[in-house]
Amino acid sequence: MTDFTDDRLRARESVISGSRWYWPEFLFWIAAASLFFLVPTKLTLLSEIFILGLMALSIDLVLGFAGIVTLGQAAFFGLGAYSAALMAKHGYGAFLFGIIPVNDPLLGLVVAAIVAGIVGFATSFLVLRGSDLTRLMVTLGVGLIIEELANKMKSVTGGSDGLQGVMPAPVLGKWDFDLYGQVAFCYTLAVLFVMFMLVRRLVHSPFGLSLKAIKQNPLRARTIGMPVNARLVAVYTIAAMIAGVAGGLLSQTTQFGSLDMVAFHRSADALLILIFGGAGYLYGGLVGAVAFRVMQDFLGNITPQYWQFWLGVILLILVLFVRGGILGLLRNGREFLSHPGAAKAGAGAVLRALIERRSPLALIFFKGAAKKVISDKRSERDGESGKGAGGV
Amino acid sequence: MLTILFDGIAYGMLLFVLAVGLCVTLGLMNFINLAHGAFAMAGGYLTVVLLNKFGVPFLLCLPAAFVFCGVLGAILERTLYVRLYDKTHLDQVLFSIGLIFISIATVDFFMGASQQMINLPPYLQGRIDVLGASIGIYRLFVIVICGLLTIALQYALSRTRFGSRLRAAVDDGRVARGMGIDVTRIFSITFAMGSALAGLGGALGTGILSLDPFFPLKYMILFLIVVAVGGTQTITGPFFASILLGIADVFGKYYDNILEPVGKMFGFEMPGIGSFTIYILMVVVLIFRPQGLFVKGASR
Repeated sequence: MTDFTDDRLRARESVISGSRWYWPEFLFWIAAASLFFLVPTKLTLLSEIFILGLMALSIDLVLGFAGIVTLGQAAFFGLGAYSAALMAKHGYGAFLFGIIPVNDPLLGLVVAAIVAGIVGFATSFLVLRGSDLTRLMVTLGVGLIIEELANKMKSVTGGSDGLQGVMPAPVLGKWDFDLYGQVAFCYTLAVLFVMFMLVRRLVHSPFGLSLKAIKQNPLRARTIGMPVNARLVAVYTIAAMIAGVAGGLLSQTTQFGSLDMVAFHRSADALLILIFGGAGYLYGGLVGAVAFRVMQDFLGNITPQYWQFWLGVILLILVLFVRGGILGLLRNGREFLSHPGAAKAGAGAVLRALIERRSPLALIFFKGAAKKVISDKRSERDGESGKGAGGV
Repeated sequence: MLTILFDGIAYGMLLFVLAVGLCVTLGLMNFINLAHGAFAMAGGYLTVVLLNKFGVPFLLCLPAAFVFCGVLGAILERTLYVRLYDKTHLDQVLFSIGLIFISIATVDFFMGASQQMINLPPYLQGRIDVLGASIGIYRLFVIVICGLLTIALQYALSRTRFGSRLRAAVDDGRVARGMGIDVTRIFSITFAMGSALAGLGGALGTGILSLDPFFPLKYMILFLIVVAVGGTQTITGPFFASILLGIADVFGKYYDNILEPVGKMFGFEMPGIGSFTIYILMVVVLIFRPQGLFVKGASR
């Protein structure tokens, strides 16, 4: 009996210890908030980054923690964007319960989350079955159907002309959205922070741990009694709601609804952002969003029209050479430095890997070392075969 | 009515030639290559350039596109794709999306973003009447070519030594490897052939499909639907799936407003069903037959 309580305590401790705050996290949020004073001219861009980050966070929940490959998250983003936009457009002057204006931004976000959540829940049953490919196609198919619906239902969404006249009420009845994006910045950052805290709590809860177990081995998770399907449905729905909130934020702060918000490339971009930052890390989406927009600004300045080309190149490099994104690199780097002698061994391993693959990089940069490793190997092999021959 | 059916079949046949390479590579290596459409686009643009700029006869453009895309596919397979076989599906998806982006930007850079047209030779223009149905000669031409290709493929797959090796490798790659079949080499050849066929399909399709830099993205979903509905174990599966999809798509676009009276009855504007038919078809098939419509029994 005592053993049992001991185990439970230990399990509790291990769950809680994962959710402790580390100092870089405080630093991250303080830095994010201080950007308000540091770069007051780029506030709209920053709020866009926060929204991208929130979208990537929702994909992280599905992909990084539950292991479902999705290409259709833009559907929920777009649903949220259109619901919030429609609330703000048609709700002007109307009041809920006589006090809350229908075009209140927070109410819009709630509705956005609910609408996206309902559709997410309904379609989540489709991603339960089948392989990665089936899931990929079903999410893609649902995304395309919703995109096409938004395109065709011109009377509601405005079709390809976009939805104009989106006028959200002041945030909390006090702060009206201004031209410089100051309110938009604070509003998106606050919402992002709240959503992030929710996800953080979720991921470090037993629920989050069970998701990780399901990702690693669904069959085994099922055999130890986890309701795998129920968990996947739940996480998919939650992620859809978060994406809906992100979409609502975008249409409220830009005061516009457009087909671009449901388009396929938004799903692909968000996925890329997450991969870039590091999937499976909570901060992956946020770091990725910052890096993505900074790169887009930088590379887009050189060749504005062909940013997509560089995006493709970056994707190839990420897949072929950089595992785990930026945060993965950082973690590896830290482990690297914390072990004395690891650096030398690591460099050797990299070198050997490059040489074994006959990478031209190795031959260019490490010509001498490469030759030495090759000759070492050769003598090793000769030695072995010599030994073998001697034995016979 | 017959005309629509005929157009649907022509579209479906074209779809088959475009997508068959994807089906085989997916079945063989379990590799998700979303960038398959990029090869078709390369074939299409090669035809446009050869035909409109250099005045090469259309019938010569087709084999040129075939060879060009085959070589392109072989090179890319050896240099890039080969590194991804043992990676996760997510990596493969990201990688091929990256390739799509690169191909879109490259084509945009050289050819501009506008849709490309080709001037078909006079003997392929016009329509003829058969059994009361008006049939476009070009579509007839497409059907004949694709039909011949299908027969040739089926023959190669079922009667030649390479075909039997390929089938063995698709059925069980590990055992095939154990029996001394060089699966990697077979895959390279198949990949090149698949790309070549896609290139030919792209060249043939310039008159039917709309060719612009976003071609790989626009048709990616169609190819995937062919795979999903047809399965990856045979080539007859994808063939019937393509025909079915072609007909469904053309019918859906033709009877776009079929649901309008329903909408009127309830007093709202009903969106046309044209662009939804195939997606709905796909989702329905995936719900009820996740392994594909034409696959017997359960598979991997």
